[in-house]
Amino acid sequence: MKHQHRWTLLIFLTPVLLWLFLLIVLPQIDLFIMSFRTENDAGKMVWSITNYYNFFNEPIYWLTFVRTAVYSILVTFLTFIIALPVAFYITKVVKPKFQGFLTVLLLIPFWVSEMVRVYGWMILLRESGVINHFLIKFGILNHPVEMLYRDSTMMLGLIYTSMLFMVVPLISALESLDDNLIEAAYDLGANMWTILFKIIIPHATPGIVSGSIVVFMLTLGNYLTPNLMGGKNSLWFTEQIYNQFIASFNWNQGSAFGFLLLFLSSFVIWVGLKLSKQTLKKVIQ
Amino acid sequence: MQIDLSVQDATKRFKDFTAVNCVSFEVQKGHFFSILGPSGCGKTTLLRMIAGLTEPTSGIIEIRGQDMAGTPPNKRPVNLIFQQLALFPMMNVGENIAFGLQRRKVNKADIKKKVHAILERSDLPGFESKKISQLSGGQKQRVAIARCLILEPTVLLLDEPLGALDLKLREQMKVELKKLQAKVGTTFVYITHDQSEALVMSDYVAVMNEGEFEQIDTPQNLYNRPETSFVANFVGENNAWSGKIKECDGLTAEIETAEGSLFRTKLKESLQPGTEVDLFLRPEAMVIQPDTDMSDLNRFEVVVKSLLFDGANSRLLANPLNDDTQLLIALPQNRQYDYIKVNDKIKIGWDKQSGICFPKK
Repeated sequence: MKHQHRWTLLIFLTPVLLWLFLLIVLPQIDLFIMSFRTENDAGKMVWSITNYYNFFNEPIYWLTFVRTAVYSILVTFLTFIIALPVAFYITKVVKPKFQGFLTVLLLIPFWVSEMVRVYGWMILLRESGVINHFLIKFGILNHPVEMLYRDSTMMLGLIYTSMLFMVVPLISALESLDDNLIEAAYDLGANMWTILFKIIIPHATPGIVSGSIVVFMLTLGNYLTPNLMGGKNSLWFTEQIYNQFIASFNWNQGSAFGFLLLFLSSFVIWVGLKLSKQTLKKVIQ
Repeated sequence: MQIDLSVQDATKRFKDFTAVNCVSFEVQKGHFFSILGPSGCGKTTLLRMIAGLTEPTSGIIEIRGQDMAGTPPNKRPVNLIFQQLALFPMMNVGENIAFGLQRRKVNKADIKKKVHAILERSDLPGFESKKISQLSGGQKQRVAIARCLILEPTVLLLDEPLGALDLKLREQMKVELKKLQAKVGTTFVYITHDQSEALVMSDYVAVMNEGEFEQIDTPQNLYNRPETSFVANFVGENNAWSGKIKECDGLTAEIETAEGSLFRTKLKESLQPGTEVDLFLRPEAMVIQPDTDMSDLNRFEVVVKSLLFDGANSRLLANPLNDDTQLLIALPQNRQYDYIKVNDKIKIGWDKQSGICFPKK
């Protein structure tokens, strides 16, 4: 009986393990090795830390790196600020029969690919786009303004892309919040802000942290939105990696960048967990 | 005597349903006032209107003479203890109790002193840093009460706070709450569906049914002189017959029940013969094997169906000989009636003064 049990486990686990090992662990090891190798003057591959040295020596690289990190944190925070009232409205204010309907409304934009959604924004925002057309028609603007290719536009696109991943964990966190707690706090003399900071946010912390981790990782690793909506001035670190692999064909430099990005996301998430006094185990539950 | 809480014609309608209909009452300072009613009678809605969590459709709610209309719950001098207590699980006991004082911006040293003092008084000394999940049911109860009392509210509202406790603890907390209320002297408004809670603790009880008050009275009067059939049925146990007035002589009437028995009973007001009435009789009003020389008793014979032993509250379940109405008869525990067995035939008598009779609505 026990023997059989072990076989079943092995059969179900094998595809997962193969997938993890062949498609993730193995290539990562290869990239890791590659990141420590470079071509010497004679054109031969040798062990070296030049790839990492280049990163710190060339301001454009580490400035992009820091920029990407700061903007990703900002996007995560702004997504949270927008998603919390939405989640609160869906779970606590609206009648139960509309809850499902509103959640589906949130989901619908995700039925089309990110590419299509980004092009949608471009149609709205570009110089000859819909918004400019109406602003001129109603006499608010004299001549069209280019709204694309700014940092703010890129942030808008990133927040829009991330919304769902923040709202869903917040909804499940707020659903378990007893309405009586809010009323009790209100009855004991608390105002809206005290209730928010003393009752709602402490209760929803695991949901906030898990949503933030997902949004942060997706934003940090996003390539499409910064590339299409950010333009040339708002370089994202993923674009640097792309440039190394595809444009410069320098795979060694590219993999070094890749590992720096991996280190960055792990580090920021670790700091976030420490600050919110949460553990990864509790958050991913 | 000062009036702490005055409610005049409070009404709450939800679309086509009236939860509370024109309820008026006053509570004197320092009184323990209970609202007793079956679930769904609107008592929680009424309490929430006093706390300010629900806005009344019409009517006036005054606390110490001040109209509360438009005052949000966080500005009202009342506090509510929720049925599920609603202690904040993200805070420890001390933080829970200090919550209200912190909102009033009392300085930290004073808060600490007051929290310490109230925990001492609630028999929970040194519990400040305990987590809510570490407390037993009775301790949670006391923390919830301390969290409100520390704010010294004019009126403390309690929404069936004993409902979630087991029987033994409930009995204990009943006495404890009554003692606590006498000690602190705060006006309590307590709602419950448990008549024993209401009768034991209260100075005054209002019986509520379908959004309206049926009677506001002392527990003794509610039990002995109910004013409506609902109160007679709901407060304490009662045997009920329905019948017609056969003869009426001033405030005494002869009633013929639907089963054909004839009983003489007192009336509150004179009624025309033929009026349909409900007749109620307390289990303890029935005398088992009455002496033959006692005149003026309604006498009949019953067959004992079952003995319900419950200590001092033991009763007999019996049927009259000629019909199958079920009767509850109190069985005094002085061992005088130990000989009674199931299927015995016994004589029963009751005085016409014990009957409670209302015309049918």
